[in-house]
Amino acid sequence: MARGTIQNKETFLTNIADQLGRKRKTEGVERPQWSKSPQHDVFAGMSQDEMLDRFVLQCDKIHTNVVVIPQKDLASSFERVVSDMGSGSIVHWNDPRFETYGLKETLKKQEDAGVDVFEWNPDLGHKNIEKAEQANIGVTFSDTTLAESGTVVLHSNAGKGRSVSLLPQRYIAIIPKSTLVPRMTQAAEKLHELADENGRTPSCVNFISGPSNSADIELRLVVGVHGPVQATYIVIDDQ
Amino acid sequence: MSVKIGDDKFFDRVEKGIDNEFMRKAVREAQSRLEGRKSAIQEEMGNWEDWRELSEEIRQHTLENLDYYLEQFAENVAAQGGHVFFAETAEEANQYISGIIKEKDAKNVIKSKSMVTEEIGMNEKLEELGANVVESDLGEWILQLDDQDPPSHIVVPALHKNKEQIEETFREKRQYDQTSDPNELALFARKELRKDFLAADVGITGNNFAVAESGSISLVTNEGNARLATTLPKTQISVMGMERIVPTWEELDVLVTMLCNSAVGQKLTSYITGLTATKEDGDVDGPEEFHVVIIDNGRSKILGTKYQSALQCIRCAACINVCPVYRHIGGHSYGSIYPGPIGAVLTPLLEGYDEHKELPYASTLCAACTDACPVKIPLHELLVEHRKDIVEKTGKVGFAEKMAYKGFAYGATHPSLYSFGKNQAPGYISSISKSDEDGKGKGFGPAKMWTNIRDLPEKDKDDSFRKWFENRSKGEES
Repeated sequence: MARGTIQNKETFLTNIADQLGRKRKTEGVERPQWSKSPQHDVFAGMSQDEMLDRFVLQCDKIHTNVVVIPQKDLASSFERVVSDMGSGSIVHWNDPRFETYGLKETLKKQEDAGVDVFEWNPDLGHKNIEKAEQANIGVTFSDTTLAESGTVVLHSNAGKGRSVSLLPQRYIAIIPKSTLVPRMTQAAEKLHELADENGRTPSCVNFISGPSNSADIELRLVVGVHGPVQATYIVIDDQ
Repeated sequence: MSVKIGDDKFFDRVEKGIDNEFMRKAVREAQSRLEGRKSAIQEEMGNWEDWRELSEEIRQHTLENLDYYLEQFAENVAAQGGHVFFAETAEEANQYISGIIKEKDAKNVIKSKSMVTEEIGMNEKLEELGANVVESDLGEWILQLDDQDPPSHIVVPALHKNKEQIEETFREKRQYDQTSDPNELALFARKELRKDFLAADVGITGNNFAVAESGSISLVTNEGNARLATTLPKTQISVMGMERIVPTWEELDVLVTMLCNSAVGQKLTSYITGLTATKEDGDVDGPEEFHVVIIDNGRSKILGTKYQSALQCIRCAACINVCPVYRHIGGHSYGSIYPGPIGAVLTPLLEGYDEHKELPYASTLCAACTDACPVKIPLHELLVEHRKDIVEKTGKVGFAEKMAYKGFAYGATHPSLYSFGKNQAPGYISSISKSDEDGKGKGFGPAKMWTNIRDLPEKDKDDSFRKWFENRSKGEES
């Protein structure tokens, strides 16, 4: 990839150093050992099941439906959630976990029954966005799931389009229970590991906590503004 | 727009604010609700003070090493194909952004909420080029449709408007034909703005915090508009104040947590997006071209001074939500896009005292703001420092105040005059203490602002304290 440009750096940063009354620092700055670390105490030592309980409680506060099911019930549960959302067209990630958890087959069945099912396909370019924009339901997996805030964390890549969780009217996140961690702290650690492995952070990391909402009119909560108007999490008890 | 909004004088703005009953009620309710939510979440967290101390430490360390972290950030953005422009002034920033708009021949620009783009007056500059610039945050869009009404709160910009006014604006400007139900209004905005998102050539956002180690920016919203503005357009421009940066994702976690807690009492808002340069090979959505504009615009003057802590601000508005003065006069009275206690501290620092010298006095110094601040900015102390500087450096004390003190000093050092004044004062006060029938006070000069709002106490029938004390002493002797 071609390197980008940087303009006016020297004068700008030298001025900052001057104002701070010292020479420019270009190396040797270490983060101090912070005196407090309350973020590590949140849900510390909790089992996956305890975290799941907290997660479910939090989802209620963020207007998000959540169902917890054993893996064998995933197909039927998924079909029920889709039908509760009024069926219609579906767009979903191209992610190997759809195969692993047997959802591919479920989606094939929907398609055979006449539902417009579209798998994100980088080769089709802009068509992906059109499909997502017209879809009733977008489906993704969660890469990391935050118990404290009821959040699914999605890392982008070619098969995992950003629009799938954004443009459709409604959103379903499939959450393997094993992806549950206490909070954003652990998700940040995971991003570190990922950056070490791949040499970079995914271009887009989304922390999604329920449907989109706004309180801009008289501070009254409106659920569903620019993103999905409704969100359901399906948690697979995979442990 | 720039930092300064409107041309009215401070007291005229305040008078308008105080006379606006709807606004005052809306502000009272908003403050109670937002503050209530923040308190609830603080209690739930349990160790709020630890979080505050950690956040303060992070902000202080970052500011002390700001040149280092900004360089690290810029290098990481560029290494991944993004472009970085350091802008000393608003003009430089606008010129660079205008250059991109021209180069792309962009007709449609979609924006997500960004205070710093308001600060540099970016929209007007881009509109002069003929670009159609659309605000996508619901509150900002409402204000934009209503002939660019300025924001009155940094988190809830259209706080001063009621749903009927919003309905009227939609009706007038967009042939809206439904009711004033907020759900219907929001759904209408969704449909209208979706077209703008899909048509946009360029997306412009702010940046809640840059992450130096990875060259990422972060965007915190509930509506999802920042996601749309960064997913669909081919070109993305992110504009940030130079202090909005953290060393690593570890600190991003802490400050985003504090921002969501303190701004709206949520664990996390619905959408927090970390974006790192352009989209990757094979990605369909996301920007092909990515620019970050890092803005000084007066901030570096604050570094190394006693006001440096003001740059710790994470724009959560917690100080605004507890301020008793904001509660009564509302956001527009500050005459700045940054209202409330942080606005009263920051505005004169960015733009000088000339037009903003009243702001540090728009405070009771009750310190509720300092207690509320998640990054521990000593706001009320900084306001006192401003007051000192206004007097010491500019000698700007109001004429009436100066004369009153001079007169008092003369009178108090001349016993006969003092005694005369003491005996005359009660009569004078009672003559101006009551309001006229039209509700306007009879006081004049410095007393006028008081008597316009409330009556002065009437002369006490037991006369002066001295007389009372003399009588009391006599009584005891007998």
